[in-house]
Amino acid sequence: MNYFPDEVLEHIFDFVTSQRDRNSVSQVCKPWYKIESSSRQKVFVGNCYAISPERVIERFPGLKSITLKGKPHFADFNLVPPDWGGFVYPWIEAFARNNMGLEELKLKRMIISDECLELISRSFANFKSLVLVSCEGFSTDGLAAIASNCSFLRELDLQENDVEDHRGHWLSCFPDTCTSLVSLNFACLKGDVNLAALERLVARSPNLRSLRLNHAVPLDILQKILMRAPHLVDLGVGSYVHDPDSETYNKLVTALQKCKSVRSLSGFLEAAPQCLSAFHLICPNLTSLNLSYAPGIHGTELRKLIRHCRKLQRLWILDCIGDEGLEVVASTCKDLQEIRVFPSDPFVGNAAVTEVGLVALSSGCPKLHSILYFCQQMTNAALITVAKNRPNFTRFRLCILDPTKPDAVTNQPLDEGFGAIVHSCKGLRRLSMSGRLTDQVFLYIGMYAEQLEMISIAFAGDTDKGMQYLLNGCKKLRKLEIRDCPFGNAALLMDVGKYETMRSLWMSSCNVTLGGCKSLAKKMPMLNVEIINETDQMDISADDRQKAEKMFLYRTLAGRRKDTPEFVWTL
Amino acid sequence: MEGGVAYENDLNLKETELRLGLPGTGSTIEKGVSGARNNKRPLPETREEGGANGKPDAQHDDQENAPAPKAQIVGWPPIRSYRKNSLQPKKAEAEAAAGMYVKVSMDGAPYLRKIDLTVYKGYPELLRALENMFKLTIGEYSEREGYKGSEYAPTYEDKDGDWMLVGDVPWDMFLSSCKKLRIIKGSEAIGLGCGA
Repeated sequence: MNYFPDEVLEHIFDFVTSQRDRNSVSQVCKPWYKIESSSRQKVFVGNCYAISPERVIERFPGLKSITLKGKPHFADFNLVPPDWGGFVYPWIEAFARNNMGLEELKLKRMIISDECLELISRSFANFKSLVLVSCEGFSTDGLAAIASNCSFLRELDLQENDVEDHRGHWLSCFPDTCTSLVSLNFACLKGDVNLAALERLVARSPNLRSLRLNHAVPLDILQKILMRAPHLVDLGVGSYVHDPDSETYNKLVTALQKCKSVRSLSGFLEAAPQCLSAFHLICPNLTSLNLSYAPGIHGTELRKLIRHCRKLQRLWILDCIGDEGLEVVASTCKDLQEIRVFPSDPFVGNAAVTEVGLVALSSGCPKLHSILYFCQQMTNAALITVAKNRPNFTRFRLCILDPTKPDAVTNQPLDEGFGAIVHSCKGLRRLSMSGRLTDQVFLYIGMYAEQLEMISIAFAGDTDKGMQYLLNGCKKLRKLEIRDCPFGNAALLMDVGKYETMRSLWMSSCNVTLGGCKSLAKKMPMLNVEIINETDQMDISADDRQKAEKMFLYRTLAGRRKDTPEFVWTL
Repeated sequence: MEGGVAYENDLNLKETELRLGLPGTGSTIEKGVSGARNNKRPLPETREEGGANGKPDAQHDDQENAPAPKAQIVGWPPIRSYRKNSLQPKKAEAEAAAGMYVKVSMDGAPYLRKIDLTVYKGYPELLRALENMFKLTIGEYSEREGYKGSEYAPTYEDKDGDWMLVGDVPWDMFLSSCKKLRIIKGSEAIGLGCGA
């Protein structure tokens, strides 16, 4: 292969698309490294603090598309203070300064300001795609800048962001010449939008395939939009409240009849269940259905809807579907691959599904490999049955609303049940557990979960042994996050080299002390060991025996970060 | 059997690590709910002493018989705030929009005021607000002696038309029964424990 000219090698490498594979290619030899690096267009950075933007630019001068992740996963659950970090500005500023031809930007759990959005819109002439997931720090003014200046924008996808809404004029900022939109998702915006501008935008976007509306788009506008965009593949209905006898509803039915391409449906932020029958036309072709923001849809109407969805591969739903509803899913959706069942009443803590629904799914859906399940209770027997039925799980996340609840029938810890899951599901890559769990479950995980990459643990284990079994056994572990477990310094310091093979470790409300963390930081200069101290109780020079309330460590080539707020210490 | 033994040991430690407060106290846990960062370690002393004495069994009984603690733990259940907020927006919005405005009169004042009771989280906040609004001191509430030692006492008219001392009933009950407020002078408050 070394005798081929570079262009040939480059052409061959073009067929290698996954980042992991390209990383492997670049490690074969120096020439391959050079060619691969100069031709790589897409880069994924799992931790924005693991490397500096300058280094990425230097290595990948041809970079066009970048994905960046910022805050630790537990930030989703309010465990990380808002100003912890994850600012994207330095990256954008570096790309702009170096005249990078950035076309795609995807951010997760990062802070992006309006100034930054404006900078993006002015610095990259070919900018095509902006995807923001669980981000914050910006307002609709920033969106207006993107709309105004990105002439070739194809994708604006806002998923579950916290956006300051300055009302809907941003939609009017798309110039009349902008006809390139393929995907527009503004479901998370809380405010009103300019409906006329929205209609006109849809009318002049012949390539539009994905459209997710927010709650402020009423039914009559939805119907008009559908008439103009019959080729939609992905539809997010905003609110869906109306009178089934109205003319608008009839027009909607007509419009839906024309939408033969819709494969993915979501939204229904407010819904009148009796009007769902309009969608029964679309259901037989659906492969993805997200009703997890639709508490108004449950009971018989929901089951009726599901019965039409024979081709479903992905289902996100609220637990008000009940075990009975899940049995309908199990008997109808034979192609189901991923299901997420969210709690509809997290504040009170009454989930409407139990182990019965889980077992039904595992037995009825042969292709099911990814599950997130919030439930009232679980039993070892059920988990053992699930493990036997479904050895193909790759992602298994179980959350019992009472986090330390034992087996609902035998009162035993759920060690045996989860043990069965890791033993049987040889391809398991991601696991979250809850319920009463002792060190035993970690012994099982260490022994059997050979492919495990990410694990989340809460209120589990008895002694340091638990964490030690995990660190010893799971060779492919990349992300470990632990809260409220009795693991201390002995576990933390048992194998410090391990953390360089991982992306990150989070430990909060455990038994590790300031001293233990300092000791780790000293031994491992390639790790940033951060202590998040919110109480002012702790002083960096304080007693090392004090417990470190929140510790987050990650491997990095960039050294200490320079943007830590006051309450974060890098040891 | 291994499992059994583990379960026993598990209980001893579980009792201590489960809780974010001592058994019976909901307050430490509830602090976390209001969004304030729950910074304190869950009573490290409890964690250490848990295994030493017979307490765990008693706590075990508590745990077995009492329903699962409905008190909320910070960051649990693990769902994104965006999702959590979207499930309760109607309720929160409705409350916020409606408000609960009640008239507040004070003897000797030329005109009445109105306040929105729903903006206060509890009695202390309400009393501070009243103190600010009317430039007076109300003092501390005690069950036995009402607002003893202060010049003024806050009273309210309830659903039955009776005039009650503010502070006697739980805050939520007060919210649902209070129709209007009246701040009375100590001299009038004989029998309500105010004044000299």
